[in-house]
Amino acid sequence: MFDAKMKTMSLCEKNRTAIEDVGQPAQGGENLASVATPLGDLCSVPALLERNVRQYGAKPAYREKEFGIWQSWTWAEAAEEIKAIALGFMVLGLNRGDHVAIIGRNRPVHYWSMVAAQMCGAVPVPLYQDAVAEEMAYVLEHCNARFVVCGDQEQVDKVIDVQERVSGIDQVIYADKRGMRKYDHGHLNWIDDVQAEGRAAETRLSGELAARTAELTYDHTCVMLYTSGTTGRPKGVVLSNRNIIETSRASSDFDTLTKDEEVLAYLPMAWVGDFIFSIGQAFWTGFCVNCPESADTMMTDLREIGPTYYFAPPRIFETQLTNVMIRMEDAGPFKKKLFDKYMAIARRVGPAILDGKPVSAMDKVQYALGNLFVYGPLKNTLGFSRVRVGYTAGEAIGPEIFDFYRSLGINLKQLYGQTEASVFITQQPDGEVRSDTVGVPSPGVEVRIADNGEVFYRSPGVFVEYFNNAESTASTKDAEGWVATGDAGFFEEGTGHLRIIDRAKDVGKMADGSLFAPKYVENKLKFFPDVLEAVVFGSGKDKCTAFINIDLTAVGNWAERNNIAYASYQELAGHPQVLGMIQDHVQEVNRSVAADPMLAGCQVHRFIVLHKELDADDGELTRTRKVRRNVIEDKFGDLITALYDGSDSVYTETEVTYEDGRKGSIKATLKIMEAQVQPQTKDRIAAE
Amino acid sequence: MKDIAEGYVTADGRKIGGTLMEMKNITLRFGGVVAIKDISFDIREGEIRAIIGPNGAGKSSMLNVISGFYVPTEGEVWFRGEPRPQMRPYQVARQGIARTFQNIALFKGMSTLDNIMTGRMTLMESNMAQQAFWWGRAQKEESEHREKVEKIIDFLEIQAIRKTPVGRLPYGLQKRVELGRALAAEPKLLLLDEPMAGMNVEEKEDMSRFILDVNDEFGTTIALIEHDMGVVMDLSDRVVVMDYGKKIGDGTPDEVRNNQDVIDAYLGVSHD
Repeated sequence: MFDAKMKTMSLCEKNRTAIEDVGQPAQGGENLASVATPLGDLCSVPALLERNVRQYGAKPAYREKEFGIWQSWTWAEAAEEIKAIALGFMVLGLNRGDHVAIIGRNRPVHYWSMVAAQMCGAVPVPLYQDAVAEEMAYVLEHCNARFVVCGDQEQVDKVIDVQERVSGIDQVIYADKRGMRKYDHGHLNWIDDVQAEGRAAETRLSGELAARTAELTYDHTCVMLYTSGTTGRPKGVVLSNRNIIETSRASSDFDTLTKDEEVLAYLPMAWVGDFIFSIGQAFWTGFCVNCPESADTMMTDLREIGPTYYFAPPRIFETQLTNVMIRMEDAGPFKKKLFDKYMAIARRVGPAILDGKPVSAMDKVQYALGNLFVYGPLKNTLGFSRVRVGYTAGEAIGPEIFDFYRSLGINLKQLYGQTEASVFITQQPDGEVRSDTVGVPSPGVEVRIADNGEVFYRSPGVFVEYFNNAESTASTKDAEGWVATGDAGFFEEGTGHLRIIDRAKDVGKMADGSLFAPKYVENKLKFFPDVLEAVVFGSGKDKCTAFINIDLTAVGNWAERNNIAYASYQELAGHPQVLGMIQDHVQEVNRSVAADPMLAGCQVHRFIVLHKELDADDGELTRTRKVRRNVIEDKFGDLITALYDGSDSVYTETEVTYEDGRKGSIKATLKIMEAQVQPQTKDRIAAE
Repeated sequence: MKDIAEGYVTADGRKIGGTLMEMKNITLRFGGVVAIKDISFDIREGEIRAIIGPNGAGKSSMLNVISGFYVPTEGEVWFRGEPRPQMRPYQVARQGIARTFQNIALFKGMSTLDNIMTGRMTLMESNMAQQAFWWGRAQKEESEHREKVEKIIDFLEIQAIRKTPVGRLPYGLQKRVELGRALAAEPKLLLLDEPMAGMNVEEKEDMSRFILDVNDEFGTTIALIEHDMGVVMDLSDRVVVMDYGKKIGDGTPDEVRNNQDVIDAYLGVSHD
């Protein structure tokens, strides 16, 4: 026990040196130990739980909306529930070191199951709930999960399906008993029954449970998370208690998170960010985690809770902005005028006011009026009234989108992270926020740029290993603990902010030797609300081409407004007017790309508007919705050929997978569109 | 036919009880038109009973007789072992019979929640004055009823549209709200008039699941009319087939599927 405390302290020392290494102001380091002083040995999540019960016993720890009402559990109540689950797990025979898979949407009971597993000395492995049986089988087999906690019948069905191939599964536990009556309950348990059995066995097993919990050290595995993997099979990232707790502590201090924060847990539980926010930071600071009623009610629940600390991928911010704009189009002329007038003011002075920069008195008055009439009500509608710290990460966010939220006075920032880093690599401090950087190294993180531009980092959050995959571990993490991110980037002169250009392996050369950075162009395309997804090709070719996915919400609304009838996504995507509109967007992007002499070669010459949405179920995107370039190149090879052979249309058949796992195919004849390109800049022409 | 008094066990292990409702030699005439001609069948406790038939076979008329909206010209309706006297629709509702309609009959301007709340009307005991001033018994009652309604909303997975006026909802969801309202009355017997009409495959699958779940979780007896043969055969325990007002088949889906009269009625042969 004393050992663990020593480790915590030595880590604090290490953090401080790390910060000095990267030239951070020193006060960041001193903060680390001052807030939330460790009580005893806070070296595991169950230990933090125990402390929270002592310190914040009567304060809400979890809320979940059910039957139309926010049900809440205090830390003391949550601890009791968790203990009952843990005892129940032991009754069912959970051993130290076993893996417990958790598949379901964000619900308190699922989080509790994870902590309960930790109390028993087992390792929780949250999985993506929308994974099809095939993907699930791989992960369950790979981690050899003995227990599987399922949200509902849908997940149980998948597990039963998988059980024919995966032998290790011993007990299946489900949370929602609806539709489960007719199942064979030999190895199938309702979580309430598990808890009841656990409570009944308390006198017999609580000694053993306490002993197992007390054994946990900083080096024990806290959680295992499977990375979605843009290439190849998912890998199980092993994160220790040290990784999670140190990261949670440092990041909570960075944004001075307190026990009074409210967060909405709605992002996939299998994603490292959710684990850090909803377990790591929540347990470290003692704040309250709110779970929505269902995936569909997320927006309403967001508004009702009004989180103070909020995280969303750019896609969500985009969707919300699109919805606002669509609704403003439908608003009356007076409201529309008011909105336009004050949004113009907000765009001009809003970000400066947020950063505390000097602004003229007149602008301040105008902004205050705008806040009264427009920004305040709008933030309230979006559920952002109370957001003190907001983060976006995962993908580049469009500058217009980013500035829109900041101009409303929402402190939206960017961070750059990875599962392997327990999220945080770099993040933007308050007052130094911009849309084109990802910020400075997080407290305790060292960042280094290799000669080829690849970003490396080292921190207390760096993962232990890839489970059962020494080869991948060795190729990602070197002996000194430096981890390769696979992203290319550079530190900006002067500000010390990191800028990420693209995946290191995707940055290539075109046939004439000029730089090819597809993500750079794709992001510019995706900043148009009409474009949902874009994939640019051109490595080793003489010119760039692209696939484009339209955004059904935005384009559908546009179609409705312009009396354009369509029966399906495919029909809308192929409509000549839609094609024309996308063509305009592409040409605008070309103009903007041409302005950067380094990347002028990446202008898109020809493109296809795809007849289907790229989908994770078809393997074209990862579960976190990143483009899987090689899969797409493989699957749509015929289309790529057509893009380069000069033909003006192409017939194709594409296999699709429905949500229930069945397969079908879509046939279409796609028109290939040409886009005007800008002549390359003078320098370059002169050079040639 | 088996003895009416005793129940049976279905292939998937559900126990079906004794007779809940029995139609005895029902004939229904509108002037000179004979809509239903001498039909007898029973509905047993806990089963899913389908009434099928081509257009104009008299299915909806039959459902209206069951629901008490039409009074049969000849014959008797027995409910829970007693002949049922002529009744007003609200009296039928109080007996524990609820229904949905072929062409949705919801209050378009009211929210999903309020619409389902109206389903509990017959179960409310407070009087109009108490409700108007939200006083006395009405206060306590409201939260009790709301809780029941919320359970139904959760069951039908319509939380996201709780506060949305139903007029703004797509057709498939309106059908689901209507089912919710019928369930709110906690019926013994639930009558569904073409629950899948106008739905796409996915909506049909959802609706089928809800029907099975209602039957399974609440033990509600269900009588349904449906056009989609696939759905009927998958869902129901027993099927009555009607054609031109006459009963031409009655039995399990398999028996009915192999019945020559039924095949003729669906594939079409000349009628004398």
